Amino acid sequence: MIHNQTIIKERPAPSSAVGPVAWLRTNLFNGPVNTLFTLIGLYILYLLVVPTVQWAFINADWVGSTRDDCSREGACWVFINARFTQFIYGLYPRSEIWRANIVFAGFFTLIAWLAIPRLPFKRWVAVFALVGFPVIAYVLLHGGYFDLPRVSTHRWGGLMLTLLLATVGMVGALPIGIVLALGRRSNMPIVKSFCVVFIEFWRGVPLITVLFMASVMLPLFLPSEMSVDRLVRALIGLTLFQSAYMAEVIRGGLQAIPKGQEEAAAALGMTYWKRMGLIVLPQALKMMIPGIVNTFISLFKDTTLVMIIGLFDLLGIVQAALSDSRWLGFSLEGYVFAAFMFWVFCFSMSRYSQYLERKLHTGHKR
Amino acid sequence: MKTVRWLGVGIGILVPTVAMASTLETVKERDSVRCGVNAAQPGFSSLDDDDQYRGLDTDVCRAIAAAALGDATKVDFVPLDSVERFTALQSGEVDVLSRTTTWTSSRDTTMGMNFTGVSYYDGQAFMVASDLGVQSAKELDGAAVCTQSGTTSELNLSDYFRINGMTYDPVVFDAPEQSIAGFEAGRCDVLSSDASQLYAQRMQLADPSMALVLPEIISKEPLGPAVRQGDDQWFNLVKWSLFAMLNAEELGITQANVDEQLSSENPDVMRLLGQDGHFGEAMGVNVDWAYQIVKQVGNYADIYDRNVGADSDFNIARGLNALWSDGGIQYAPPIR
Repeated sequence: MIHNQTIIKERPAPSSAVGPVAWLRTNLFNGPVNTLFTLIGLYILYLLVVPTVQWAFINADWVGSTRDDCSREGACWVFINARFTQFIYGLYPRSEIWRANIVFAGFFTLIAWLAIPRLPFKRWVAVFALVGFPVIAYVLLHGGYFDLPRVSTHRWGGLMLTLLLATVGMVGALPIGIVLALGRRSNMPIVKSFCVVFIEFWRGVPLITVLFMASVMLPLFLPSEMSVDRLVRALIGLTLFQSAYMAEVIRGGLQAIPKGQEEAAAALGMTYWKRMGLIVLPQALKMMIPGIVNTFISLFKDTTLVMIIGLFDLLGIVQAALSDSRWLGFSLEGYVFAAFMFWVFCFSMSRYSQYLERKLHTGHKR
Repeated sequence: MKTVRWLGVGIGILVPTVAMASTLETVKERDSVRCGVNAAQPGFSSLDDDDQYRGLDTDVCRAIAAAALGDATKVDFVPLDSVERFTALQSGEVDVLSRTTTWTSSRDTTMGMNFTGVSYYDGQAFMVASDLGVQSAKELDGAAVCTQSGTTSELNLSDYFRINGMTYDPVVFDAPEQSIAGFEAGRCDVLSSDASQLYAQRMQLADPSMALVLPEIISKEPLGPAVRQGDDQWFNLVKWSLFAMLNAEELGITQANVDEQLSSENPDVMRLLGQDGHFGEAMGVNVDWAYQIVKQVGNYADIYDRNVGADSDFNIARGLNALWSDGGIQYAPPIR
């Protein structure tokens, strides 16, 4: 007798079906086996997290200036504090650090400007970032012009050097990689074979070998009247090496574009460069964002290898600090700091690439 | 060459160096000594909080700069990897290599370099836990010994135990940080490495007093500065910079009293400090070269105590590095 009953009003789902308790029940305590594993997992988490938090925060020493200010019961962040300037700027003269700060500020402003969609004049800012800014940064950092004292490159170091190596590597490797990828797909035999040989050679040797050759063997081959600065050697080696990897990533993207696209463009009477620049590459690069960013991230971390040729990148300067007789025995703190800095930069790159993918997603997402 | 210059202007970081000029002329023209050092060797060369290199090796560099240019601060330190160091010296990237480099016959004869002397007599030694109650390496029969793989220490170790008719249980690690961690965790009773390194590793223990370095030294590792072959003038200058520090110690001239010693009547002191004779000029430097070394850097005892000896955290006894007159083997020819 349905019509006799009052119609039950809409009610929220019971707390046993939605909400945190239900979520816990379906995902973590769904049956005896799952409950057991959840408890074991929680216990392991407890074993890991509690000592870590105690070491890094509760028992840690934060203020002071010497080793004696550290109790050694927890982390000694005093060490990082005392060395912070060195970790960021390397051996850059303290009185000239304002120059490095201007470059840092300009660098991050430009990146933010290019990354935030609302801001105008993107094209001009991009042109400035690629053409004007490197010259300004070089003049400021290296000096020797406009009464700025010269700062030799072997005093550059720390995070500054890591960012420099990574940025120059990325900015240099992308265009070279595109050209190599197009060259490898070219019909012209000489261009094609040059690109194939170039890519396969640089991909076939480990980066550490490239840096080593640049640093140890090159000076022996060059006439002794000239010696190329070791930072320049490292930059060239790093860029060429990464461009070979980049070329293969981009070639993968080019392969994924149906041949019809290029043929249609050709039918419209477009030249080769127009076909590539307007039709094929925009589609290919968009799809290649995860691959390209992946290469960038690995490049960022590969920069630590310059340590073996005597350049103090972020990790190198941390390791150098660990051997100061006044700070012996704080290697854990040093490495945790370096790892955290690397994580911040790599994670930001990764998040930005995900954002870009969503923004440029126009029908290819699967 | 034109292209090279043009490139140099274009890139701006290319540094043209003159190969045929003598090293001393190049150094004077550049107004700095390029010194190849270790980036991270506690007590010998390491960076302090104020971006300065501190250590025995780096003070040797400063002494050379004081002699050559009259200013101990005019040194460009170039951190070098252990493999890269010889190329850097050969190719002219550095003027002198002062990087805990052991003087061996093959390096002296086949690598295009000349060792100028011994700034530190090092050698392989043993470190044990203090509560073990061991006083001599001869009592180590049957011990578990931590060492690093692929080094000569491993070989020296097995030779030493075989010669003395003892057995041991090797525990091999890859890097110094790992071997000290193994030692601290009790994986072995003894840690064996070069003495200079053992003292640095000891400082990394939570409680350094829990370990002690035994007196026995089982290998010869003379460390010293090296220069390129074929430039005897520069070779002489580097060699005598070291000798000047040793002579100063022997004559009792310290960084603190060097100005008083200028009025000394002792002919040896007068010759060393340039009050009598023209020994600096024969080397191509100022007559007060040795005075500048002692005044700005110190005598050998000053730099030893400051970096690895009594005034440092390591507190390494002078041992072999004491002057010959004090029972060691540091001996410098006289200046006359």
